[in-house]
Amino acid sequence: MSKPILLFAQPGSSKVNKTGSWRTMMPVFKHKDCTDCRICVTVCPDACVSGKDKIYNANLDYCKGCGVCAYECPVNDIDMVLEVK
Amino acid sequence: MADTIRPKKEKAAVEESLFTSGHRACAGCGEALGAKLVMDAAGPDTIVATSTGCLEVFSTPYPESAWRMPWIHSLFENSSAVASGVEVALKALGRKGNTKIIAQGGDGGTADIGIGCLSGMLERGHEILYVCYDNEAYMNTGVQRSGLTPFDAHTTTSPSGKISFGNQRPKKTLLDIAAAHNIPYAATASVAYPADLQRKVKKALATPGPTFIHLHVPCPLGWGYKAELTLEIARIAIDTGLFPLVEIEWGKVTRVRKITKDKKPVEEYLKPQSRFRHLFASEDGKKELAKIQAIADANIAKYGLV
Repeated sequence: MSKPILLFAQPGSSKVNKTGSWRTMMPVFKHKDCTDCRICVTVCPDACVSGKDKIYNANLDYCKGCGVCAYECPVNDIDMVLEVK
Repeated sequence: MADTIRPKKEKAAVEESLFTSGHRACAGCGEALGAKLVMDAAGPDTIVATSTGCLEVFSTPYPESAWRMPWIHSLFENSSAVASGVEVALKALGRKGNTKIIAQGGDGGTADIGIGCLSGMLERGHEILYVCYDNEAYMNTGVQRSGLTPFDAHTTTSPSGKISFGNQRPKKTLLDIAAAHNIPYAATASVAYPADLQRKVKKALATPGPTFIHLHVPCPLGWGYKAELTLEIARIAIDTGLFPLVEIEWGKVTRVRKITKDKKPVEEYLKPQSRFRHLFASEDGKKELAKIQAIADANIAKYGLV
């Protein structure tokens, strides 16, 4: 039997899709010069950077490694490194 | 002491965005970033209608949804008509309250296919914010030219080559078209300045009557630049005068972003993008660069950006 066709999707259900596997470069948050400006949280297109009190990290289940956070960081506290799996 | 701690707690509570992770946008997508910023500014008490386009396709692959709010998709041209229906239905049921309604679409769904429905929505005076996500071509189907594609850009339906420099027509002045309906608020915004964008969204939603925001969202795939440059490219577009940030209320320009200190030549915007690389390959390209500079200068003169 095929699955019944659903007319509605649950809100936020795209979280089952772990887009982290698309990534080649990985952001590394150094937690050294962070000024708590939250630009990395604001500019992430995948809404995967979170944290507080100068400790921010990307959720690597969803991070696609675009590097926008590292480029926009005003104090260069984020490095993009090649991910070895 | 307790008072100073409280705001931080609230901040942590709204940490999860209303436009969640797991959507299938390209790495560095400006449109996904734009949607996230607009939704977070609008808040959870919002109903969204989205027309067909990249935004709809990557955010709602069957049977999932990246939206944590009521969201509806109907056709390519009628997100504004669907939103109009939602608005009058809520009014008829007496449930309008503070619920905000956003209609949105890409540049093709707004300026080409859906402009009739958009015009109707603005003219009928519904209390709806329309957001046009402008990535300057039909990116979802593979970079075809739209009415908002800039002059001389290479797309698959306006290819550059021996006899052509790409798109032969200038970008449609969509903001003027919307403002010509004499609506209370029309503005351009860009993902390069998230705080400015969110301020405009909040202002538009607080304004009674139909409002319009034209949002510039760079596309790494279609424009051909490195993914991390999304905000940088959007910033240079503003600094060159090719995408002026302005606000229009009741047909009058009330606020512009001046570029007196940051003014840059158009080459700085065109060079990092592969859709404009043919302009730098030949001698004739220089004449075309002068034409693009003339477009930027006309914008600067029109809105008094310097």
